[in-house]
Amino acid sequence: MTVILGQTFTGISIGAVLLLIALGLSLTFGQMNVINMAHGEFIMAGAYTTYVLQKSISGAGLSLLVALPVAFLVAGALGALLEWVLIRRLYLRPLDTLLVTWGVSLMLQQLARDIFGAPNVQTRAPDWLTGNITVLGGDDPLTFANSRLFILALAVAAVVALSLTLRLTSLGRRIRGVVQNRDLAEVSGISTSRVDRTAFFLGSGLAGVAGVALTLVGPIGPTMGTNIIIDAFLVIVVGGIGQLKGTVIVAFALGVMQSVLEYSTTVSVAKVLVLVAIVAFLQWRPQGLYTLRTRSLV
Amino acid sequence: MTLFKGAPALKGPSVSTGRPARAWAGFAAAAVALFALAPLALSDFRLGLLAKYLCTAMVAVGICLAWGRGGLLTLGQGVFFGLGGYAMAMHLKIADAGPGNLPDFMQLYGTATELPWWWRPFGNPLFALAATVLLPMAVAAILGSFIFRRRVKGAYFAILSQALAAAFAIWLIGQQATTGGTNGLTDIQGFFGYDLDDPVNQRMVYFVIAAVLLLLIALVRQLIHSRYGELLVAVRDSEERVRFLGYDPANVKLVAYVVAAGTAGLAGALFVPAVGIISPAMIGIVPSIEFVIGAAVGGRASLAGAVLGAIGVAWAKTALSEEFPAAWTYFQGLLFIVALAFLPGGLVSLAQIVRRRRASHTSGDAEGDGDADPDTNAETDGGAGREKSSALPLGGAV
Repeated sequence: MTVILGQTFTGISIGAVLLLIALGLSLTFGQMNVINMAHGEFIMAGAYTTYVLQKSISGAGLSLLVALPVAFLVAGALGALLEWVLIRRLYLRPLDTLLVTWGVSLMLQQLARDIFGAPNVQTRAPDWLTGNITVLGGDDPLTFANSRLFILALAVAAVVALSLTLRLTSLGRRIRGVVQNRDLAEVSGISTSRVDRTAFFLGSGLAGVAGVALTLVGPIGPTMGTNIIIDAFLVIVVGGIGQLKGTVIVAFALGVMQSVLEYSTTVSVAKVLVLVAIVAFLQWRPQGLYTLRTRSLV
Repeated sequence: MTLFKGAPALKGPSVSTGRPARAWAGFAAAAVALFALAPLALSDFRLGLLAKYLCTAMVAVGICLAWGRGGLLTLGQGVFFGLGGYAMAMHLKIADAGPGNLPDFMQLYGTATELPWWWRPFGNPLFALAATVLLPMAVAAILGSFIFRRRVKGAYFAILSQALAAAFAIWLIGQQATTGGTNGLTDIQGFFGYDLDDPVNQRMVYFVIAAVLLLLIALVRQLIHSRYGELLVAVRDSEERVRFLGYDPANVKLVAYVVAAGTAGLAGALFVPAVGIISPAMIGIVPSIEFVIGAAVGGRASLAGAVLGAIGVAWAKTALSEEFPAAWTYFQGLLFIVALAFLPGGLVSLAQIVRRRRASHTSGDAEGDGDADPDTNAETDGGAGREKSSALPLGGAV
């Protein structure tokens, strides 16, 4: 029983990381139908920001808290710059954006290698995140790592913040309008290009926050983005493009599935099985769990 | 947006029935270069490198069909390359070990006392040779029919194919005892009884690769200029219209995907004797995307462009990354950005742009200016609610 609960919790914490990464991606994907392969490198930028801040601020706890907003701004600025230089020229060719942003991600990886060196670096977790919380005592205790709980809380906070922004603010209304019908939004007086850039800033900023979270669970390196971005893309494909609810459900579902399968088989077999499950799922709902209803024939 | 915004496309290359004389001249020139000039001019070492580049070009032939003509951006060609490569390497490892013996790495790990059951059929040379092509094609057929029947397409398809590449590489690494894990299958000595250390036999392998490449180009060219080829372009540009005409777009796409998988499998199979190794590092996400780069830079919709682009980029990688590894990565990224963002038709479209500019200058007609290549419209799989500005280059054939 404890094993099942433990694996489920591990799965939920994997899901929380996936969610943090996929959240920003979902925003940029849903907004402009742009597949941003450099999103992984924005995550990396957030992680290195944490590293740099920890070098300059003594006290791991303070630097982590400072890193959250700073990483958001750094990654967000990178995203807005990318949108301004390249992506706005390409928004009718979504597949090309995928490849172009992959070129960008290659260059950013190399840049990180040149600045910070090829080997992975590590940050120190603050004291208040190093321990465990024991939930079930006895012979077979069930413990939750504090850092994992922190990431879970961060993911929940990010979802709530994004959801409130989309629902309540005028920016959110404009974003939703552009996602639902770009042409109609444009003729209604919304500057779609400005909304695009803002959405890109927000989405990329969330990648930066995800990068801060990732420093708590693993090393920081130039290729850290590549490895995790594919999983995040799968979350969005299965959840439905631009659908916050779908992203949340699927991130946790895939996380738990991965964790449980890993326990009963091996890591590599679990990866393959998850992919098979996704292809099978798409037979049932080819457009993902939640879709925007349109009159489009496609 | 008008329905026929891409009207100039009607005279573009996507429906050109080809200029047979010029194509034959190009084909003959390629044959002369590959079979006469290169073996004379290049050292054994350089010829070996060229053999490697030609394998990349074979993958590009398939990518040209699937992506350039069919709009199917497959970021998982590494999977098929790997299936072909591993099928060939498994046979060569068994042959190297001799009857009754285990391949060296299995003895080294001591995990296996006899060949795993799924290795055994590959001891048969005919089975192994057939598997290098049929195995990737079968995987593509199964996966493709699942994906295309349910109309999963555009970005969804690209991401799924990429995830497949990632999963396959991770799976191979995980099966250390039977696949060699991260190292892959290394140190391949013989090729159907010939010793690969012998430079003469290495040349023979080069000639086989060159011949297969030319054969594949000829076959895929036939396919592109057939009725099927026009249907494929039609599906790319407007799937719904093709469906309304009574065709099943899923089948059209499936054929292109399966053929592309077959060429990649063949390329992987021939890569093994040319290089002597196959490993997960050659088939994961990064190499899978690199296969696409060459075709994109040269010109995805043109066979000559895709093949020359693949060879050129592979050559540039060797030439630059030997001396400046960091600079190569920047250059590669930049090449990719410039080619795709500003020159979607690839380098071959440069000539066309120049020609059109000149034509529009002399006639004072600005039409077609800036709309350099109809393939610019190739991937306008706009998402929900976005109107498509697709060309309709159906010609009279369909």
